[in-house]
Amino acid sequence: MEYILIIISAVFVNNILLSQFLGVCPFLGVSNKVSTAAGMAGAVTFVMAVATLATYMIQYFVLVPLGIEFMQTIAFILVIAGLVQMVEIILKKVSPSLYQALGIYLPLITTNCAVLGVAIIVVSKEFAFGGDPHMLNLAQSVVFAIANALGFGLAMILFAGLREQLELANVPKEFKGMPIALITAGILALSFMGFAGLV
Amino acid sequence: MAKESTLKNMVVTLTLITLIASSVLGVIYAITKGPIDAAQTAKINSAISKVVPEFDNDPSADKFQKELDGKSYIVYPAKKGSDIVGYAVESFSTGGFGGRIVIMVGFNADGTINNTAVLSHAETPGLGDKMIEGKSNFSVQFKGKNPDDYKLLVKKDGGDVDAITASTITSRAFCDAVTSAWEVYKLCSADTGKKEVTNE
Amino acid sequence: MSKLGLITKGIIKENPTFVLLLGMCPTLGTTTSAINGMGMGLATMFVLILSNLAISAVANVIPGKVRIPSYIVIIAAFVTVLQFVMQAFTPGLYETLGLFIPLIVVNCIVLGRAEAFASKNGALDSALDGLGIGLGFTAALTVLGMVRELLGSASIFGLKLIEGDGILVFVLAPGAFIALGYLLVLFNKFKSKIS
Repeated sequence: MEYILIIISAVFVNNILLSQFLGVCPFLGVSNKVSTAAGMAGAVTFVMAVATLATYMIQYFVLVPLGIEFMQTIAFILVIAGLVQMVEIILKKVSPSLYQALGIYLPLITTNCAVLGVAIIVVSKEFAFGGDPHMLNLAQSVVFAIANALGFGLAMILFAGLREQLELANVPKEFKGMPIALITAGILALSFMGFAGLV
Repeated sequence: MAKESTLKNMVVTLTLITLIASSVLGVIYAITKGPIDAAQTAKINSAISKVVPEFDNDPSADKFQKELDGKSYIVYPAKKGSDIVGYAVESFSTGGFGGRIVIMVGFNADGTINNTAVLSHAETPGLGDKMIEGKSNFSVQFKGKNPDDYKLLVKKDGGDVDAITASTITSRAFCDAVTSAWEVYKLCSADTGKKEVTNE
Repeated sequence: MSKLGLITKGIIKENPTFVLLLGMCPTLGTTTSAINGMGMGLATMFVLILSNLAISAVANVIPGKVRIPSYIVIIAAFVTVLQFVMQAFTPGLYETLGLFIPLIVVNCIVLGRAEAFASKNGALDSALDGLGIGLGFTAALTVLGMVRELLGSASIFGLKLIEGDGILVFVLAPGAFIALGYLLVLFNKFKSKIS
């Protein structure tokens, strides 16, 4: 039950893009086409799950025992950067087809603040899914990361679909490009607010 | 220009940079630790002096813990001379929109609420954070009320509290925290009552 | 470019928010009020100046292939310093900005300036560049914060103008996107008029 609540909450209610503003750069940057948005979403899901697993272990098995929690930011970003590099190398060797599909997005993910953001959230915030608030355990953290990545993907793909239509629309000159995209994103966020109170 | 990218060079550079960065951070951490702790204490102290009547002791030094329903609360007694003029109770609710809300609730010696102060929260800025004094009149309505005859529930739930517009969840959590503080206060005043009796 | 030009170019011509559209996460996430936006801008400026300064000093001895990881470590170190300083001296603001302070590490503006400017220029110029871009970012965030606060809470810099609530949606997530969208339109109009 708790896992279902984590997923609903992360995908719809507290959507990482539309209500938390994490990962907005790729959201605006690579959302011109549904296919690229889907590719980016796939790559983010993969990296976010693995990165959260790794940073969770770093936090509880290295930083906390040594009493150097203040190194969190440096340690996490190094782990994420290293991980992205490693995923790139492994993917290239193991599955060239998957690498072809996701490869170009991988370097962009290091600076995707959604990845670092989720890694920090799971070790710093208490969650109450139908019970007393508590820190997430390892399994819950990974589920939380994947759920957030799915929410990211959902918003990305919806937004890309809208932008494909916008290309064809006749908008005033000043609104062309980013302004109308932002306003559209606002309306999309508004519709996601309808999920508030669901969990 | 940039050095050659041999493996040895790369490893040495990265290790060196990380080492330097960590040691610099360690030093700065040691320097700022004092001020960070002081800022925390100052926050608690200013919240205390905001919520209880004038006092001349050091409530932080006299603080004690109280158990209620298996949760522990910190109580800061405010004294003038040897008389207790009020209690500041650090209370919390886990039912906020963004999670835990920690507030300081001050009671006068007669059991009325003197004032409240928000210590930490994760509510939505511009909505739930209106529970902070000065951001709206929400917290003002608790002043001078005695929870014995003032129902600490939002009006929607049949109580006497006007909820913050569009932030019923926050308002409920706030009332919940004040209620816990009130229960803790009753435990404390019962204790002092007993003591006075035995002293006589 | 003149020293003064280095500082002023970030405000209009190369404004990181309105022209380059970088660092969107903190731009949208922290501008619920003018003071929060300004705080976020100044915090980012602090990191920008120091990381630009440090990176311009060491850029020559870093092998090309580990350039980016090295920059990230340097930036992360300054962000952590900023966290300490804010916790000690502006704990209230630190709590409000929350997650977005550590996330300065992955703000594309900071890494972008390191790569595009600081690695190729002298220490003084790099620091000035950081100052200029930081000012531009701060100005943009303050303006966006002002607009959202004015519409959403009917106040400005915490000063209540009209009693009662504003149009609540502007302090919420959707309002952030919409307000920035319209500001961008105004900025483009203004820019095309002066050039």
